[in-house]
Amino acid sequence: MEEVDVEPAITNIPAASAGTHLGFAWGPGDILVYETLYKASGAIGSGCPCIHEVRKDEDIYSPILRKLFNESHHIFVGLQTIGEDLPSKNKKPQFVSISKNYRSVIRACMEELQQVAVSSKVADVATQYGNQVSILLAIELIWNLCEVLFIDAAPAGSLLLHLLDWVRLHKADVDEKAREVLQSESPAEHHDYWNVVVSYVLQGRLEEARQMLVKQATLQPAARSMYKLMDTLLSKMPFYNPGGTQTLTEFDVKWRHWHEEVDRCLQDNSFASNKHLEVICKILVGDEDTLLEHKDLLSTWYHFLVTRLLFCHPTVKPTELHYYAQSCLTMFLDSRSVPEPLDSILLAAFEFDIHQVIKDCSIALNNWWFVAHLTDLLDHCKLLQSHNLHFGSNLREFLLLEYASGLFTHHSLWQLAVDYFDHCPEFGRVYLELQIERVPLDTERKALKVLRICEQRQMSEQVRSICKIMAMRALRNNRLGSALSWSIRAKDAAFATLISEKFLQDYCARGTFSDLDLIDNLGPAMLLSDRLTFLGKYREFHKLYGEKRSGEAAKLLLSLMTAKIAPRSFWMTLLTDALPLLEQKEVIFSADQTHELMFCLEELTSLNTTAPGADGPMQDEDTELTKVELLRLALARNLARAIVKEGTVEA
Amino acid sequence: MFVARSIAADHKDLIHDVSYDFHGRRMATCSSDQSVKVWDKSENGEWHCTASWKTHSGSVWRVTWAHPEFGQVLASCSFDRTAAVWEEIVGESNDKQRGLSHWIKRTTLVDSRTSVTDVKFAPKHMGLMLTTCSADGVVRIYEAPDVMNLSQWSLQHEISCKLSCSCISWNPSSSRAHPPMFAVGSDDSNVTYGGKVQIYEYNENTRKYAKAETLMTVTDAVHDIAFAPNLGRSFHVLAIATKDVRIFKLVPMRKESTSTGPTKFEVQIVAQFDNHNSQVWRVSWNITSTLLASSGDDGCVRLWKANYMDNWKCTGILKGDGSPLSGSSGQPTAMSTVVGSSVHTSQNALNGMSAGRHYRWCSPEV
Repeated sequence: MEEVDVEPAITNIPAASAGTHLGFAWGPGDILVYETLYKASGAIGSGCPCIHEVRKDEDIYSPILRKLFNESHHIFVGLQTIGEDLPSKNKKPQFVSISKNYRSVIRACMEELQQVAVSSKVADVATQYGNQVSILLAIELIWNLCEVLFIDAAPAGSLLLHLLDWVRLHKADVDEKAREVLQSESPAEHHDYWNVVVSYVLQGRLEEARQMLVKQATLQPAARSMYKLMDTLLSKMPFYNPGGTQTLTEFDVKWRHWHEEVDRCLQDNSFASNKHLEVICKILVGDEDTLLEHKDLLSTWYHFLVTRLLFCHPTVKPTELHYYAQSCLTMFLDSRSVPEPLDSILLAAFEFDIHQVIKDCSIALNNWWFVAHLTDLLDHCKLLQSHNLHFGSNLREFLLLEYASGLFTHHSLWQLAVDYFDHCPEFGRVYLELQIERVPLDTERKALKVLRICEQRQMSEQVRSICKIMAMRALRNNRLGSALSWSIRAKDAAFATLISEKFLQDYCARGTFSDLDLIDNLGPAMLLSDRLTFLGKYREFHKLYGEKRSGEAAKLLLSLMTAKIAPRSFWMTLLTDALPLLEQKEVIFSADQTHELMFCLEELTSLNTTAPGADGPMQDEDTELTKVELLRLALARNLARAIVKEGTVEA
Repeated sequence: MFVARSIAADHKDLIHDVSYDFHGRRMATCSSDQSVKVWDKSENGEWHCTASWKTHSGSVWRVTWAHPEFGQVLASCSFDRTAAVWEEIVGESNDKQRGLSHWIKRTTLVDSRTSVTDVKFAPKHMGLMLTTCSADGVVRIYEAPDVMNLSQWSLQHEISCKLSCSCISWNPSSSRAHPPMFAVGSDDSNVTYGGKVQIYEYNENTRKYAKAETLMTVTDAVHDIAFAPNLGRSFHVLAIATKDVRIFKLVPMRKESTSTGPTKFEVQIVAQFDNHNSQVWRVSWNITSTLLASSGDDGCVRLWKANYMDNWKCTGILKGDGSPLSGSSGQPTAMSTVVGSSVHTSQNALNGMSAGRHYRWCSPEV
């Protein structure tokens, strides 16, 4: 297969002087380019350098095209879920219907663009939208042809009828002209009248041609018999009916009879006196030269092709198409015109070279949308697998990955891309993992959205990473509660410990907790780290104390120390917290408990005395000593009362 | 492609490096004017400079961001023989309103005796690790064991490469199948020493980095080197900027169970492009490793892409047009040339084989 070697596109970057180098940096949807000099140091460059943001000509930023992406995404997902159990031939109508869905989405988008283009007052905008309309028109044209030839795979007979529909759909100016003519005062004398009649004939719309001719016939009573003859010819042209009982061969015979009849009229010079009718007669007989004389009405070589087939060979087989297509293209384009990309694409389609169609479309268009979706559909129709094994699903996946990767750089369309990656079995997951990490986490809501997607797909590393990033960000902004909940979600024990420490330090400094809601509702997450557990339990102690459930509070406080949940550094605070409980009227701590508390205090103070040097100022030491004294006193008093209480027999 | 926006960088001298952060919302630039600037991208796409400060006493060669899991952290390296680590401090609220932020130096790494030519953070799964390479031929790997205290960095590894080093690149793969690995390029111009690219791999047993491979076919000075993102492949892809652009494939060969040395690789050259027709100074992969960009002495940036049959071709060129900057951003030129006149009216659409197409998909050579 020939490969067209195309020169890479050159984009100019405004640079202060030639002879400098261009530095670059890859960004999410663009590449930054700047002037620099890579050679040995010491070079003094020009001042005031600029950085240029260079982007691909992506349409994803167009608001109207966004609808195209959204709706085609919907269709795409639906297509993937069509049952695998049905045999291919039963699925054909479904595939055709999906193809039509895609096309109607393209048309809807096109119409909206057209409206904006027409109503816009700004020339640039109008041109831009106008161009987009043209591109979409071309895309729909190609897609429609692919649907007819590949997906619907019409056999001889129906093939021509479908091709006729195809041409008619893309040549709507005939109706406009016809309307204009009919709305005029004397249609038959309108300057476009005969153009309309001939156009109708060229498109095989003979009924409408006949109706138009009636108007002319009434004006020329003298030529009545000629018009009657033409009317008969037009009415008798056989059209194949695929649903009917007539076989293709029978139709062919009938058609040949009719063709001979028309030819006879031509030979008899029946229409010699009226050049218009003569022209029509020649068209009906399929005279190439006459057809070519009406290039302006046909306007495209493929219209010429279909018309020629209609009047020369309506039973054309799919395999014969390419021969006619090639010759029509050559005949239609005279020596000065060169075939354009669209022409080669259509030609490749007529040659049933799906691969070439996809390739040429990829080259001509700057967005992967079209080739990705079309290839995916063709792959589902099992049309790609008949080719070389290398292509098959690899090609489909390659194009889908390209398309989806392009979507990922968009601030909202990236969510559509996720589904596309899901349906790429080989590389979809790893591409998704790579790219979803890069989605900017502007808000918590967005972060949660991204997380949900990762969690649904068991992308645990990405989940952890995103939570960690959010936790870090919260911590830097001193939002401890948010940081804590993110690190719990990240299951990051080390970070949770760190944040719990900060909470505790906060408490020591201010005497109150922040983010009480969060700490109160930790639940099993508390177990993530020891420090976190302590934080949760410590808060619980405060709650119990606040609710005056002193007995439980006391028990919890003690267990925090004895079960070693509390860090040593915090014991003093805990013991100090115990003071009010010790000073209460009623005895709360039992004798045993008091003993334990005393033991803890001793442990703490003995450690302190062995610790080398006092690092706090003398004042702190004094306060510490006073605290210890107070505690000792309170504990002793409590012990006494407890012993008494426990020793007393209830009266 | 088109120039969507131009930003006046405001540096008083040449810019040597521009680095996007992980999410693409911030960028850092460094210059011969010894300063680093940090820019933030606003919602409407405009860039604002939120910090600018003097970082070194010589030209700053490279600047790089740490992974956001470690907070907002930058590293820079300079001709003044040092590398530095910077952390953003969340400022006063009125600073934030004015759109300013402050960066403070957390540490200066002074071990190098010559200009430090590259600084890179290791992949995040290895923790917060910083790597520098210098003209004195030494690669140094530092680690910050406590992520919350960025002033403590310890020099974990000092690797002598014997040749003056110009660039390093870590293999970003976090797969357990691959031990940590980095590549070093040397800009030593003596072509009689082969092997200007060395690959080092971490050995779990010795807890050291050992040389796994030297690319003997690269004999000219190497200016830049870049591992491609891994994408779940079993082999590694490395791009090299030397007198041309070269792409190598490193296929790990199966290790015998008794082997304790570094992995042996089968080295294959995947592509070689001399289109720059001159020295190539930078190479860099895009995020999905589907595009490689290179910058050369010819003043162009070239974009390279492989089709799914793995054939590499140049798909775009960015070229300085030698004209002074007039000021405003460009308009997309491609749209209008991809499509000629409307199908609706007369001629064919999709005309024009000229500027505008970006990607090129190629069929295999038969």
